[in-house]
Parts: sequence; structure tokens; C-alpha cells
Amino acid sequence: MSDSRTAAAVEGTATAHGGNPALLHHFETVEQQRDASSLGMWVFLAQEVMFFGGLFCVYLVYRLKYYEAFVAGSNTLNVPMGAINTGVLICSSLTMAMAVYSAQIGKRKMLMFFLAATMLFGAVFLGVKSVEYKQKFTDHHIPGASFSTAEFEQKDHLPRDVANETQIYFSLYFAMTGMHAIHMIVGMVIMGFLIFHSWRGKYPPGHYTTIENFGLYWHFVDIVWIFLFPLLYLISRRH
Amino acid sequence: MSANHVVPLRVYFAVFITLLVMTGVTTWVAYIDLGVFNPVMALVIATFKAVLVILFFMHVKYSSKLTWLVVSAAFFFLGIMLTLTMSDYLSRAWPMQ
Repeated sequence: MSDSRTAAAVEGTATAHGGNPALLHHFETVEQQRDASSLGMWVFLAQEVMFFGGLFCVYLVYRLKYYEAFVAGSNTLNVPMGAINTGVLICSSLTMAMAVYSAQIGKRKMLMFFLAATMLFGAVFLGVKSVEYKQKFTDHHIPGASFSTAEFEQKDHLPRDVANETQIYFSLYFAMTGMHAIHMIVGMVIMGFLIFHSWRGKYPPGHYTTIENFGLYWHFVDIVWIFLFPLLYLISRRH
Repeated sequence: MSANHVVPLRVYFAVFITLLVMTGVTTWVAYIDLGVFNPVMALVIATFKAVLVILFFMHVKYSSKLTWLVVSAAFFFLGIMLTLTMSDYLSRAWPMQ
């Protein structure tokens, strides 16, 4: 098909939709398109709530059953690092909200800046997390063959079988923070594409649904951490 | 509600500051011995922070009733999962072997 015919076809579609090229042909209005896509995103997030909810549920049940082991395990975590990471994620949520704002008012460079800033905060979070993970390897607090109960037997004076149950705490710690980190890595990869697309001018003023929906995902990941931080780090503190 | 609602920046900054302050508060409270109220406080603060993020950062406050319904349904079903599971485990002979 020649360029002129493509242009004519596009123009014809655009005319039928009041001149908005961002409006797909199977939607009546931009509002309808946005509502439909937003609904889809929220249904996906509802699924994510159930997914992480399952992990939270397991955590609650095992915390009741192996309370002493969970207290001992939780007290090995570095609370300042967890708190700093919470702050970093909140900063990334602000920059993400600012990115959506930039897209709404149609500022392309501002959008790219805030997406990049969000990505940077995400990277800082994962960096801090990797330092924490490394410490767990150094301390032999990784569940499995090289796991050491020594610290819990000597420092916390737990019987060997209870000290061994801290592996359940650490399994859940790694499952939950690891699943959260995977969500962040996926988010950062998508963010790379979003920055590339906005650089190519794929999100003109009036077309911010993609950015907004991604923002929902990023904020959801932030909410998961908002619950992980107190559950894993704080509620079992010794006084 | 308007589909093109642009949330004023001051709302974002107010939420941001509140979230940071609440993070500080929850960390500080964790070091004070409140007995059984330590977990309660931590979860109340976490829920408050999550609600702020959902309402303002995620624009639910300005969203359609359908979005409200989906969000409520998600947490309603999460509530069912947690309540039924815990009512089962808590009402068994304990400690379970």
C-alpha cells in the first residue's frame, strides 16, 4: 500500500473518531477506551492482591505456629535498611505519580525524566536489597544445606529444633521479598520500553493510558512492600 | 467522575510527605514495647499508608464506581481468604503437630 493511501486511511479513521489518532477503532470515545483499559488493569491487580495475599496468609499461619523461630529470624534483619528502602520506594512512587502527571499534561521530556527517576529509585531499592541478601549468605541464613542454627542456639538460647524452624521464616522472607523484587525487575524492564516509546513520541498529549496503567502496577508493588516491611522487619522486634 | 482528572501536585506532595512520616513513625513505634499492640500498630499504619497510595497515587478517589467495585472486591476476597484460613487454624487444637 502506498504512503498516500495509508495516510488517507489513517485520516479517515481519525475523522470518524473526531480527529484523535490515539483512539482505537473499536471504542466510541477516548473516555470509554480509557475506562476499559483501566478496568482491565485493575482486574489484573485484583489477581495480584490474591497472589501476594496467599503468601501473606502462609506467613500469618506459620508465624502463629513457629512464633519463637519467627521472632529470632526477624531480629536478624537490618531494620534501618528496610526503613530506608521503604523511603526509596515511596520516592519512586512519587516520581511515578509525577510521570503520570507529566503524561496527562503532555510534557514529553518531563515524562521521560520522571520515568528515569522512578527506574533509578527502583535500582537503588534492589541495590540495598542485594546488600541485605548478601549478608544473609554471609551469616548462613539461607535455608538449605548450608544453613546454620548456631546463632539462634547460642545468642537466642533456642533449642536446636526451634532454632532449625527459623528456616521456615527465612524461606518466607526470601519467597516474599524475592517475589516482590521480581515484580520490581519486571516493572523496570517495562519502564525501559516506556522511556524508549516516549522518546519516540508514542504518547502524545491525550494518550497517557499506558503510562497511567503502568503507574498502577508500580504503586501496587509499593503497597506490597508497605506491608512486607512491618510484617518481616518490625512486628517481631524484641524490646 | 471526570476521566481526565489531573490530580493537583500539592496532593501528591502531601501524600508523599505523609507516607515518609508514617514510615518513620512505624519504625520508631516498633522499638517501643507495646506488647500485643506492636503488630496492631504496625498493621494499622501500613493499612493507612496503603489506602493513601490507592486513593491518591492510584487515582481511585477520582475513578469510576466500577473501579471502586473491583478494588473493593479484591480486598473483600483477600478478607475471605484470611478470615476463613485463620478461623480454621485458630480453632484447631494448638499447637498443631
